[in-house]
Order: sequence, then C-alpha cells, then structure tokens
Amino acid sequence: MKALMFGWEFPPHILGGLGTASYGLTKGMYDCGDMDITFVIPKPWGDEEKGFAHIIGANTTPIAWRDVNADYVQSRIGHVMSPQLYFDLRNHIYSDFNYMNTNDLGCIEFSGRYPENLVEEINNYSIVAGVIARTVPCDVIHSHDWLTYPAGIHAKQVTGKPLVIHVHATDFDRSRGNVNPTVFNIEKDGMNNADHIITVSNLTRRTVIEKYGISPDKVTTVHNAVEPLSQELLNVEVPPKHDKVVTFLGRITMQKGPEYFVEAAAQVLSKVRGVQFVMAGGGDMMEKMIRLAARRGISDRFHFAGFLRGKEVYEMLKASDVYIMPSVSEPFGISPLEAMQMGVPSIISKQSGCAEILSNVIKVDYWDTNAIADAIYSIIKYPAMYKELREKGLEEVNQIAWKKAGAKVIDIYNKLLNR
Amino acid sequence: MKAICFYFQIHQPFRLKNYRFFDIGNDHYYYDDFANDEIITRIAQRSYLPANAMLLDMIKQYGKKFKVAFSISGTALEQLEVYVPEFIESMKELADTGCVEFLSETYAHSLSSLEDPDEFVAQVKDHDKKIYQLFGQHPKVFRNTELIYDDDISAMVQSMGFKGVITEGAKHILGWKSPNYVYASPVAPKLKLLLKNSKLSDDISFRFSNPQWASYPLTADKYIDWIAALPEEEQLVNLFMNYETFGEMQPRESGIFEFMKALPRFAAERGIEFLTPSEVIAKMKPVGEMPVMHPISWADEARDTSAWLGNTLQQEAVKKLYSIGERVRLCQDRRIKQDWYYLQASDHFFYMSTKHNDDGNVHSHYSPYDSPYTAFTNYMNVLSDFMIRVEEQYPESIDNEELNALLLTIRNQSNEISQLNREVEMLRNNIVKDTTGDFPVDEPVKEVKKPAKKTAKKTTKKVAKN
Repeated sequence: MKALMFGWEFPPHILGGLGTASYGLTKGMYDCGDMDITFVIPKPWGDEEKGFAHIIGANTTPIAWRDVNADYVQSRIGHVMSPQLYFDLRNHIYSDFNYMNTNDLGCIEFSGRYPENLVEEINNYSIVAGVIARTVPCDVIHSHDWLTYPAGIHAKQVTGKPLVIHVHATDFDRSRGNVNPTVFNIEKDGMNNADHIITVSNLTRRTVIEKYGISPDKVTTVHNAVEPLSQELLNVEVPPKHDKVVTFLGRITMQKGPEYFVEAAAQVLSKVRGVQFVMAGGGDMMEKMIRLAARRGISDRFHFAGFLRGKEVYEMLKASDVYIMPSVSEPFGISPLEAMQMGVPSIISKQSGCAEILSNVIKVDYWDTNAIADAIYSIIKYPAMYKELREKGLEEVNQIAWKKAGAKVIDIYNKLLNR
Repeated sequence: MKAICFYFQIHQPFRLKNYRFFDIGNDHYYYDDFANDEIITRIAQRSYLPANAMLLDMIKQYGKKFKVAFSISGTALEQLEVYVPEFIESMKELADTGCVEFLSETYAHSLSSLEDPDEFVAQVKDHDKKIYQLFGQHPKVFRNTELIYDDDISAMVQSMGFKGVITEGAKHILGWKSPNYVYASPVAPKLKLLLKNSKLSDDISFRFSNPQWASYPLTADKYIDWIAALPEEEQLVNLFMNYETFGEMQPRESGIFEFMKALPRFAAERGIEFLTPSEVIAKMKPVGEMPVMHPISWADEARDTSAWLGNTLQQEAVKKLYSIGERVRLCQDRRIKQDWYYLQASDHFFYMSTKHNDDGNVHSHYSPYDSPYTAFTNYMNVLSDFMIRVEEQYPESIDNEELNALLLTIRNQSNEISQLNREVEMLRNNIVKDTTGDFPVDEPVKEVKKPAKKTAKKTTKKVAKN
C-alpha cells in the first residue's frame, strides 16, 4: 500500500515531540511490511534516515518552471533529492506560480521551524503539496499535526484519495484553553475534511470530539510508542554524585506546569536536605521560575540546566533519581517513556496522554503539589519504591513498540479503503 | 452420611488516612476514621446484620441440624464494637444457640505466620482471648489469615494445642486428590486439615448472580444435587467464604438469602448434614498426609502468597515492619501495641500489589488508593513515624538482649519494692500496737528500704539516658 505523508519535523533535526513521533510511527508501519511511504517535510538536511520512507523536501519541489539541466540540479540539491525526481515533479506543475518568491530552481524556501510567518509557510507548503500529490501515486494521504492539514486537504482534492489526519496536539493543549482562532480554524478545517482522525491519546480524542465537534466514530486513538535506545546512550557515563537528583525536562511553558514542580520541590526541601532539583529546558516561563525558586528560598538546591541537546539529555536522565512531568495538558508525552528506558522512576500528571498506557509510574494531578512532593519523597527515601519503579518501568516500556502502533494505523487505512 | 461444613470470614482492616511525609514525627494518629466507619457500617447494614438474622432464623427453624463457623479478625471486632455494636449483640445471640463455632486466627489478620513466629503466637492468643470475652468460646480450630498455610505453620499451630486447621484446597497442592476428605499434616500428624472446596464455594460467593454462568440460575435444589452426586466416599464438603457474600458480593436482589434458607431443607431430603469444623475433626479420620512445602492461600489465581509478598514494595514494607517486632513486644505502651497490630493487617500489603491481570483488578477494587505506589508511600510514611516512636521508647543503641535484661531488672525490682513496702506497712502496724516504746518507729523503715531503692533508681536512669 502506498501512503503519502505530510509532516513538519523529522529526526535528527527536531524541535519537539512531533518529529520523534512521526519518525517512530513511519518506521513502525514500514516494519509491518508491504508499505511504501513517501514522507514530505519542509526542509530536509540530507542526514535523515531513508531506509523506510522516501523523503521529499518541500523546499526542493519546483512550483515554477526553470530550465535547468541534471548536473546543475545534482550540484544544488543532489544531497537531498535525485534530479530525476526533480524533473518528475517539474512536469506536474499545475499553475503559474512565478508571482511567488521562488529561487533559481523554482522552489519556495522553507525554514522548517516555527517562524513568525508560520501561517504563510503553511500555505506555501500546501501549494507544494499539490505538485507532489500529482506526481507521487498513493492510496492514502496522512497529515501529521495542524501545520500540514491544509497540504493534506489539497492532496485529497487533487487525488480523491482518503485523508487521515494525525492529531499530535491541539491548540487547547498548547494554550490552556485560550485558543488562537486562526490555528483553531485550520485544525477544524482539517478535521472536517479528514476521512478519519487519529489521536495520540484518549485525552486528545475527547478534545477533538468535544471541542471541535467531530463525530466519535471518525476518531480513533493510536497511542505513541518509543524507539529502543542504543547501547551507547544506555551506557553514557556520568560523574558520581552525592545527592539525589530530581529532574524536569521540557519546555518551561505554561503547558508543562513548571510552577508545580518548584512548589513540590520547596515542600520536599523543607523536610529533607541532600536532594537537588533540576529544571532543564528553555521557555517563556523560565525567568518567572527562577524568581519563584528564589522566593521559596531553595535556589541553592534548585538548578536551571538550560536547553539540553542529543546526548546531554541522556546524561541528565542517567544522573537522575526521579523524573517528573507535571504537564497541565499533554496530548501524549514521550519523554517519561525515555526516562523509563534509562531506568529512572517517573512521576507524571494524570492530565497527560501517556498516563493512559503506563502503569508503573506515579500518576498525580498536576495541581496536587502535595501528592507530587509525597511521591518524590517516597522514591528518594524508600529504596524498594525506587527499585520497583525502575525495574517494572523498564520492563513495561520495553513492551511498548512502534510496530504495534503502526499496525493499528494500517488497520485504519484498510478500513478506509475497504480492503 | 455426607456433611457440609460452612465457615464464614469477617475481616476489616483499619484503613490509613492520607499520611504525608510532613506528618512523620509530628502526627501519631494514622487512621481514616470516616472511611472505616462508613465502610463497616455499610457492609454491616447490607450484609452482616441481615445475614446474621437469616442464620438465626435458620437455626430456630432447623434446630441443631444447621450449624456454621465464623472467623472474625480482632480488627474487625474492634470496629464492629465501636461502629456497629448491634452486630456484636446479634453475634452473641448466635453464639448462645450452640450451633455456631468460632475459629482462631491472628488478631490483626496479619502475615506474622510467615514472618515472625513469636508475634504469631502472641496474636493468636490475643485473638482467642477476645473471642472468649465476647462470645464465651475457646476456639479449637485454627484458620490463618487468608487461609495461608504450609508445613511450618502446621507445626506452630499444633504446638499451640489446636486440633485442626482450615486452608485452601489449592489445585497445585491437591493434584489428583479431592478436597472432600480430611487430611493430616506430615510434620504435625495430629493436626487435621480441612480443605476448601473451591469450585462449590466460589459457585456461591462469586458466580451465584452471574447470568453468563452456564449454571445460572443456581437453586438450592440443584446445588444440593451436585453435592449428593459426589462419589460415595467423599463425605465432606467444605464451603468457606467471605461473609460479605451475602448481601454485598451477591446483592440481596439476587436471592442469595433465600438460596441459603432453602439449603437445609433440601440437604435433609438427601440425607446431608451440617457440621462445624470441630465436629468434623472429632468425627472423621484423615485419609492421608498432605505436604505443603510452600505457603498457599486462597487469594488470586496462583493461590500463593504473591498477593501480599509478590513485589519489592510489599517485601520491603513487610521486612521493615517485622524488623522491629521484638522491640515492640518489649513495649508496655498501649498505643504502640495497638498501632503495631493495626499496621500488620495483610490488607495494607494487598493494596501494594502490582499485578496487572484479572487478579490485579481485585486488588484495585478493594484498595482505597489509586495505585499500588501511593499505597506503599502512605504506608511507609506511617511506618516511619511508628518506628520513630518505638525508637524513642527504646533507642536502637541498646540491643534487644541488653534491653530485655534491664527491663527484667526494673520489673523485678519494682516487684521487690512493692513487696518490701508491704512488709514495712505490716511492721509499722505492729509497731503502732507496741506501746512499750522499746522499738523506735522510724528505724526499720530506713533499714529495709535503702538498698532496694538505690539500685532501682540507677537502672532506670541508665535506660533513660541511653
């Protein structure tokens, strides 16, 4: 079966969980066999893993005719796309886009990030999608997250193939309820046009049904999974430490509930010393958190580690005794799964999607700082608690595989195609 | 003549309140009085009281022909005394009919039989005392917490003078054998074993009102037919279940009470009698030995002790608890003793089970906590406080033997002092009567008192200092 997927991020150049999830799912589907997947992203770097999907960059797809020869194309974009594909795409330009800001190859530039002119970039992406949909044959179209919904809709109109949209998050999660009307409209439009909607948790599924008014029989939950870690990452070395370390890893924004972590830390520190709290990541609430920690008089034991990249993340996890994710609203949340893979006992909020599939973690309400403090205290004070969570957690997370998630998505495809 | 032996279990633990780590060392009251009151009152109203009334009716109607046995834990009795005193009255009334036997068990419904033999003996004695106080019976047959049993336990039980033990007819123990006989323990040959007939017991307690069950609806007629149809040599059917079966696990509307009431009539028609465990033990001879190497119980699918000791959390909590057992038994403080018992209830460990299959559902159904990890955290916080209190009484720096010796000296000396005081009193009285004036009044007092008091003071001080 041929699937045409539209995504925004792809490892190794990722900005959040969306890239990791898109990658894992695609690979999981490929592992189920008999899948031919084309994955479109705004801006490939050339170092993406290509074994299981054909990656097409929107910034190398021509929308305006340019008379260029194969050697020139090879020298310009050969590291990300074969010249043959470029010419195939060029043959399917469907309208005159010379009025647009295109480069020497007739392509639009994409940042591949979340720039100021994001809405414009989303539109451009959808224009490019028209060319790709006319070129690449497919049975199903699959759009990852709201940024690519317009592209998916466009591809559906061109090909008449069923559209599946994959809701990794909604604006209700990101904004604690204060939705941006533009984003909401794009999301709503995508959901209305979709033939089926996949959500990453039942929590998100409820949001889609209740807040966007979508019929429940059109929405299916496929929980995310996690890639097994490489031996190299599992064995990262960290310097010996004397204190227990409790870690928060993620964007320091309203959605992630950082203030509840600080409050819980203050409670724990009022009873026991010998514990260090680490908040790693960046975000618009960071300064506020630094001030809050100072006001609670715990700055000597509360550290801000800044944004961690690649291996640093795993070093931090390895050095941790407790991992905590007090998110106010988390559609899924892959990071606790990674912590569990590193053998770190995790505390997660009941308001996160991954709580639906995890048993060997401590689940608390994000606002219940008492319960968070109790859980932290228990893990650092009672060795049996640490051991049980560590071992059972590891066992549990190793059972969660992308292949199972992939199989569920293929099932949904088959139903849509009546196979 | 075939016989049915009914035994019902009544147990409720003292559930713990939400006890935070801030409370450790500050708050020494651990129980959720509201929940305990609410739960036991509800269950008593829906189950215990109507079931008692039903049994009383049946005994009145059938005379000595209908008999049952009860095993009621000490912690349940205490709660019932406080919250549902009318239940104790109705139980006394049942006891007075002479058709009800009370079984022995550990006072706190504890796992002491597996962890701490001294504690086990002490608790069994305490429980039997309580039963005697309330119902005027000395229990003769033993039933351990959740029917936990193995060969080691049988030896302890025999040495306490019991004639029989009630336990589970676990499939892996029985093999091809039938539970419908009396067996003996290989290490304690005089001790007879009564094994639960799981199938027939669970038909009543779990399946009775399940419309999906092939034998639904179950009638007394049909049920007695099954028993009558057992092979001729199988003379005994042990039906052991929770008393909550009546009215709680099987709701009143399911007709469970009417089912029970009809049993004796159909039993009489088919020549089946009712016996208490003691009567079974007096009447029937064991057909063979039943070795049980590893502990069994009536819980979960595995019928072993993994419901309470299956994971690291449970093992750690139990180990920590019993590590201070010897110490606590030296204590005289009544509140420490009381908390010690309440904290031993097996339920606290049951809540910590991390089983995720169907068994796991049972665990979470009864648990007041939303996860086994919260159960563990709460329990360990309470236990930490409890250990601090024990430590305050008797610091860890003195080892148990030394402490025991010191305590003994203090106790002996205080006995001696009181004896000497009595002597002094007597002498004084004699002196007052002596009017010759040859003997000065004060002298003998000083002489006798001095040496005893000095040493006594010294030792007390030493203990306090340490």
